[in-house]
Amino acid sequence: MSKLRLIPKLQLKPASYNSNKLVLVVTKQFDNIIEIGDPVSQSKIFQDQVSDELIFINIDSKNRQEISLLAKIISEVSEEIFMPLTVGGGVTSIEDFRLLLNNGADKISINSAAISNPDLIRIAAEKFGSQCVVVSIDYKKDENNKYFVYTNGGLNKTSYDPIEWALIAQRYGAGELLLTSISHDGMKNGLDLYITNEVSKAVNIPVITSGGCGLAKDFSDGFKIGKASAVAAGSFFAHRDQNFMQTRSQIYNSGVNIRK
Amino acid sequence: MVGIVDYGMGNLLSVYNAFDYLGEDVKICKVPEDFEDTDHIVIPGVGAFKDCINLISENGFIDKLHEHVINKGKPTLGICLGMQVMAKKGYEFGVHDGLGWFDSEVKKIDVINTDLKLPNIGWNEINQTYDHPLFDGISNMTDFYLVHSYFMQCNNQSDILATYQYGQNNITAAVIKNNIFATQFHPEKSQDSGLKLLSNFIKWNP
Repeated sequence: MSKLRLIPKLQLKPASYNSNKLVLVVTKQFDNIIEIGDPVSQSKIFQDQVSDELIFINIDSKNRQEISLLAKIISEVSEEIFMPLTVGGGVTSIEDFRLLLNNGADKISINSAAISNPDLIRIAAEKFGSQCVVVSIDYKKDENNKYFVYTNGGLNKTSYDPIEWALIAQRYGAGELLLTSISHDGMKNGLDLYITNEVSKAVNIPVITSGGCGLAKDFSDGFKIGKASAVAAGSFFAHRDQNFMQTRSQIYNSGVNIRK
Repeated sequence: MVGIVDYGMGNLLSVYNAFDYLGEDVKICKVPEDFEDTDHIVIPGVGAFKDCINLISENGFIDKLHEHVINKGKPTLGICLGMQVMAKKGYEFGVHDGLGWFDSEVKKIDVINTDLKLPNIGWNEINQTYDHPLFDGISNMTDFYLVHSYFMQCNNQSDILATYQYGQNNITAAVIKNNIFATQFHPEKSQDSGLKLLSNFIKWNP
């Protein structure tokens, strides 16, 4: 096994004061968006705290121009940050893949576009290698207590169960999956260990799980109970003094094989 | 001047930025003639063996690489797929000839009947087979970042400079032969230890 990974997730959106600038935000259940700062300087802090990778997601990608804003941020980040960067939010085409990769991204995350056009997974995997294609799966329970995959930032319900969609994405050539529980997002009430575990068992590609980390124990549970290869978190790292080093040693001491 | 081979595939910017960050003069070599004023050569790479070797060949790099790497003996670094194409043969999407600089073949990592994931993505402890100036200041079993499904199987054990363990698989992590050094891991993505290795590569006198 590779070491298990801890990944800060940087959610971005165009700033309320300047739509040509992407700022770092935190969310609760994909709503209650709060702007909290600059993604480039925050990345440097995460680099100093030895995070294993970084994920950048533009959560509000309404127009085409935002892909180039995202590319610009990644280009700035990659000048000084030397760790793997996963980038996504509004990626719909092979050209988007190429633009982000040329600006320093290592892996591209696709979500809604993968659902509407699964061939994008296959074509991107053939072109850039499956290691490059991260299929991001947002899910929650509906009113009948059944899990479904949602697209467009949680707005559109699909007919897929998350485990079913995970298997399809893998078959199309995804190299990694990024799971996010919409109802746990930003709530600091722990990960959805059930879906994390079911998906991790079902596929043979690495699974990153996210949504709900509030304590070091939540990360440990994601690895030990959820069997995830990586746990990502946004609010956890953004909102508190709790730094990565401290969290890391708590998780390490709980017996999880992460970098020291 | 460090020349990075651009055969039209994948992310060169991280490698470029890493050398730039270290204060080195670095350029992207888009055509074979661009090698002329370089003193170090880097072959990066992500993607599949077949596309990589085909593109290197279509873009006319093979003869020039041979001239600068083999004849002139410029210190050369292969990264990830850039290491794998230095093998004699690769078995990804069919059987394909590589550059043949290492007596080796590139095969899929065996994960049958295990719970190991492929691609292997993440940080692994790299076991240095012996002390070498390229690993100066990097202690043995330091973590480096890897992402791959195929690995280089060497026929000459003496080519192997480092390995790592993936389940029962002892995976080649770095190879060396004369002026050619190559890593399966990504130094440009391995934070301080990776930058240290790249700076050792610049100082290296093969």
